[in-house]
This record gives sequence, C-alpha cells and structure tokens, in this order.
Amino acid sequence: MSLTTIDDAGRLETVRLGMWAFLASELMFFGPLLLGWAYGRISMPDGFAWASRQTDLWLGTLNTAILLSSSAAMALAVQLSALQLKRQVGRCLLACAALGVVFLLIKFYEWHREWAEHLFPGPDFAGPAHTGAPYFFVVYFSATFLHAIHLTIGIGVTLTMWRRVHKSLGPLPQPALHAAGLYWHFVDVVWVALFPMLYLVERTP
Amino acid sequence: MSSYLTEGPTLRQWLTTTDHKKVAILYAIAITLFFFIGGAAAVIIRLELATPQGDLVPAQTYNELFTAHGVIMVWFFLIPSIPSVLGNFLIPLMIGARDLAFPRLNLASWYIYLIGGVGTLWGMLLGGVDTGWTFYTPFSTMFSNSHVIIVVLSVFFTGFSSILTGLNFIVTIHRLRAPGLTWFKLPLFVWAHYATSIILVLATPVLAMTMVLIVIERLFQVGIFDPALGGDPLLFQHLFWFYSHPAVYIMVLPAMGVVSEIIPTFARRKIFGYRFMAYAIMGIALLGFLVWGHHMFTSGMSMYAGMTFSLLSFFVAVPSAIKVFNWTATLYKGSITFDAPMLYALGFIGLFTIGGLTGLFLAALALDVHLTHTYFVVAHFHYIMVGGAVAAYLGGIHFWWPKVTGRMYPEMWARVAAAMLFFGFNLTFFPQYLLGYEGMPRRYHSYAPEYQLLNVLSSAGASILAIGYLLPLCYLAWSLFYGRHAPSNPWEGRGLEWKTLSPPPVENFSNPVVVHSHVHEVAGEGAA
Repeated sequence: MSLTTIDDAGRLETVRLGMWAFLASELMFFGPLLLGWAYGRISMPDGFAWASRQTDLWLGTLNTAILLSSSAAMALAVQLSALQLKRQVGRCLLACAALGVVFLLIKFYEWHREWAEHLFPGPDFAGPAHTGAPYFFVVYFSATFLHAIHLTIGIGVTLTMWRRVHKSLGPLPQPALHAAGLYWHFVDVVWVALFPMLYLVERTP
Repeated sequence: MSSYLTEGPTLRQWLTTTDHKKVAILYAIAITLFFFIGGAAAVIIRLELATPQGDLVPAQTYNELFTAHGVIMVWFFLIPSIPSVLGNFLIPLMIGARDLAFPRLNLASWYIYLIGGVGTLWGMLLGGVDTGWTFYTPFSTMFSNSHVIIVVLSVFFTGFSSILTGLNFIVTIHRLRAPGLTWFKLPLFVWAHYATSIILVLATPVLAMTMVLIVIERLFQVGIFDPALGGDPLLFQHLFWFYSHPAVYIMVLPAMGVVSEIIPTFARRKIFGYRFMAYAIMGIALLGFLVWGHHMFTSGMSMYAGMTFSLLSFFVAVPSAIKVFNWTATLYKGSITFDAPMLYALGFIGLFTIGGLTGLFLAALALDVHLTHTYFVVAHFHYIMVGGAVAAYLGGIHFWWPKVTGRMYPEMWARVAAAMLFFGFNLTFFPQYLLGYEGMPRRYHSYAPEYQLLNVLSSAGASILAIGYLLPLCYLAWSLFYGRHAPSNPWEGRGLEWKTLSPPPVENFSNPVVVHSHVHEVAGEGAA
C-alpha cells in the first residue's frame, strides 16, 4: 500500500501544519476583541484610559513573567524530546503546567479584587460617568476570561502529554508534543499582546 | 474487493467510522433533514405572503419563521452542503489519497455540527428566535424575548465544525497529493475547496467570537453593542458581516468547483483557461474578505469608506466574470449532451450571472439606498445561494451519484426535476426583484395590496420548487435499490475519482496512484 496516508514519514509536518492552521483560526477568534479594544480606545479615549489605569500593573507583570517562563519550559520539553530524554521531558511538562496553574490562581485573585472594587460593569460600577470606562472593563473581562479558558485547555493538554510521556515505552510522541508546544506558545503570545493593551499603554506619562 | 458501503454495515460502525466517504454520507443525511426543515419554514412564509393581510400566522410567528429559515439554511445546510458532503467524499479520491489528513477530526466535525443543529432545533421548539438570521443588536441582546442564547450558542458551536473541516482540507491538499500531482494539475473542484477552506478557517472564528459577545451582552447586561450602555451597534454589524460576506463565498466557491467538473465532462472538452480559473477562485476568496462594508451603506458609514467598499465589491465581478466566460468558452465547439448534471450546471451559469449582476446594483452606493432592505436583496442572494449553490449541489449529487452509491439514477426523472427547479426557481424569485424595485420591504408579514400579483406568482413558483426538491429525494432513494449498477466511469470523466470502482473500495484505490500528465488526462495507475 503506497497510497499517501497519514502514517507516512511526514506525519510530524502534517500535524504541525494542522496546528498552524488551527492557530490562524484562533488568532482570528481573538480578532473581534482586538477590534473592540481599538474602537473603544479611539472613540472613548478618556473613560477608556481611566479604566485601563485601574488594572493591577504588578500582578499583570508578575503573570507575564510566569507565562513566559512556562513557555520556556515547554520549548525545552519539545527540544529535549528529540533527544528522547524521557524523564527530563516529563519534568519540563509538569513545570510548564504548574506555572500555568499559578498564572490562573493569580488571575482569579485579580478578578476577585476587581469585583470587590466594583469594577465589573453594571449598575454599581465604581468608575466615573465617562463613557468608555465600563466598556473597557467589558473588553478586559471578556479577553482575560477567554484567555484563561484557553490556558485551562492548554494545561489539560500539557498534563495529558505528560501522562503519555510518563507511560510511553517506545519513542516519544513527537508530533503530539510539537502540536501541544505550538498551542501553549500561542496562548502565551495572546497574553503578550493583551498585557500591553490592557495594562501598559495608558500608563505612559 | 469489498466496497466501502458493505464494510462495517451496522449502525454503530457507521456512527464511529472515520472513513471520509462514510462521514460524507452522514453529513448528507443530516443536511438533507435540515434542508427540509428550513424548507418547511419557507413554505409557510410563502403561504402567508399569498395574501396582503397577515392572516395565516401572527407577526411574531412570522418573524420566527424567517429566522428559522435563514439560520437553518445558512448554517445547517448551505455552509456544510458541498464541502462536507461532496468535498469530504471526493477530495481524497481526486488527489489519490487514502483518507483526509485527520480522519478522526473529520468525524468529530460531524458530531459538533450535529450538536449545534440539535441545539438550534431545541431553541426553535422552545419557541424560536425572532431576530432574523443576522441577530442584529441591540434587538438581539436587549429587547428580543425569544430564545436567542441557545440558538446563538448553537451557531457558535457549529462554527467549529466548519473550522475543523476547513483545516482538514487545507492540510490534506498540502500533504496528501499523489506523487506527480502538482498544484496546477489539481482539479478545479479541489482548488475551490482549498480557497473555501481558507475562508472557513479565517472567517468563521470571527463569527464565533461575535456570537460570544452577544451572549455576554445579553447575560450580563453590559455594553458592547447597545448604545444605551456605552456600546456600538455598528461594531456588531462590522464583525457579523466580516464573517457573513465571506460566507457567501463559502457557499458559492465549492459550487463553482462542481460546475467546473461537470461542464468539461459533458462538453467533452478541456476546461478553458484552467490557470485563470484557479487564480479567479483564489481572487474571489481574497477579495471576499474586503467587501463586508457593502452590507452597511445605509447604517452609518463615512462617504470614503462607502466608496472604498463599493469599488472593492465591483472588483469581485472581475474574477467572477472570468469564470462565467471560461465555462462558456469550454462549451464552444464542444460535443454537448444534456444529462441531468449538465442541466444543473448550465442553470447555475445563468442564475449565478443574474444573481451576480444584481449584486452590482446593490454595491452601487446611490442605488443601494433605494434597494436595500427590500425584496430586491432577497431575490439577489437567493439567486446566488439557491439558483447557484443549491443547483450546483444537486448537479454534483447527480454527477457523482454513480460513484458514491454504485447505482445510476433515473435520467428522465432527473431531467424533469432539473427543469422544474429551474422554472420554479425563476418564477419564485424573479418577481421578488420587481417587488423590491417597487419598494416592498423584506421581513414584513403583511403588505400593500398592489404587491399581491407578484407575490402570488412567487408563491406559485415556490410550490413548483417544492415538488422539484421532493422529486430527487424520491427517485434517488428508489435508485439505491432498483437503479442500474453503475460502471466505474459512466460519464467518461477524466478525474482520478473515475479511475477507481463505483462505489470505491475502503482504501479508495487498489494500487498506488501516480499522476503523469495534466489532471484532465490523468494516467492513474490505480485503475481498478
């Protein structure tokens, strides 16, 4: 049987291409939020800027550092898998997932504080009467929540990969590891875009 | 060698299959069901409009009917129709592959589609949605008392089925082509599905997020699209049409792919201008992303934005015209026979041309002010979607029926049905152009008495159309049991799919496939 099948040697390339196509789709999925952000910033600058300065810069920065470190662990796992270093790959994956969980815990704490400070849009919103302030927080909560869902999926995928690596007797599942790695980096990159948009840009003097 | 139809015949084996051919048939059954549900809503709409008074159903029910018709026909029939049924079945055969790149993902797409479909039906059974298929805000988020959330979430869900199908096609076409089958040897059907897949993957997620934002605004009463809460309804329209205009090309590009296979076969000529046909397909897909604003000329848009969107919309006519001229040129000096698939394909060319040219009326800024929100728009997009996409789908179903089922359909009945559909369609929708031009607004359940004559003509046409759709259902089902056994290549087709058995074996080809010459003269060594 020499029909082209998915069992061919190009399996890794096939899976990677599939993941890239999926990530292109994911990027467009976040697109409306980016457009909504740009729209708010341009058309309601005062309230939008005020609201954006209410975010917690230090927790946001800390989380950025944590997520970047998790990506480093994931990149290491993918690289080490080529050398078939099973134990090291497993440890990197666990570290990556653990850092993801820490990110989520910090994010929950941040949301909790914002909720307590009445920054969630609604009748008892604490912000000024400027239009744009509640709008900013709609974008903020939607974007960070959807990012957190993606991260949760990423943690699930990473732990599944860790189990597969842990239990595997033969060579490591390279295509799946590469795909999981690409997905994790994508979730990281989304945060790297959200961080300046939501925390930094309005803080310039 | 056993055919794919006899291998694993139990219901359980069908529902867990990863064979692209069987998944295609699962899709065919599901979308046929949704087609007749959406069609039933249209029947009640046309009955209501036979008289000027709103006497058959109350206004609220009427709103729910046209919403059900739109939602079901767009997302649960038209979008998946040609790609998920014919594309799924034929792309691996046409490129000499064993299956799609991700067979399990393919089956997963079907289940996701089904969950979305059942969710939508559930929403309709609970009482339906009255927003129109466009879910315009703030009506859909703040004012409508109907079951918006469940239907919007179902559409969101179904979107992922589209995305995964598109992703699967893109990877399959890149990675699994038979040795020697280079890009410019691919059948135009495959090119069309490649372009469609790019739209599916890049446009559908924008709709998905827009649906999420509707749910957020409706659930939490926070302002995204509602101006009273600091949002902007135009933002919704931009996002919605950024998907929904390319969605038109999701429906019509695969249709063009089908017609590009049928015309050369029954004209016994090579397709004229093959390369330009492929470029035109990609051109339409690309331009399709840049014209969404023409749906919003009257909703509030700067003059310069309007002019830009108008000009870009006119540009779409160029690759579209290339395709129409090239199909016509393929017929020139051809040895033409008028088998049923050819009747559908020829009908497609005429109806697509009328639908496309009336689209230019709507893309013209000044004329659009007069025509928008009237029946002219309804007629225009039904010429593209029904006269174009549905006709091509049925043409394709007839053309590849022998390959899919191993049986011939009854030719005489098929020609009768094709003719009925053509005349029924024109009688239904041509009067709607006139109605719209005379100013009858769309989406109203009662109208001024002077519009009655044309409305009666339209409803009469719809009854012919309905019979035209029921006929194939009957004789195609009949042919499954009593049809003549089909040979491998009943139409003397030149594509790779005709080189294998009818119906194909589970493995698609019994021998390795190597392509030597141009695809329309493929030397498939896998000839069975």
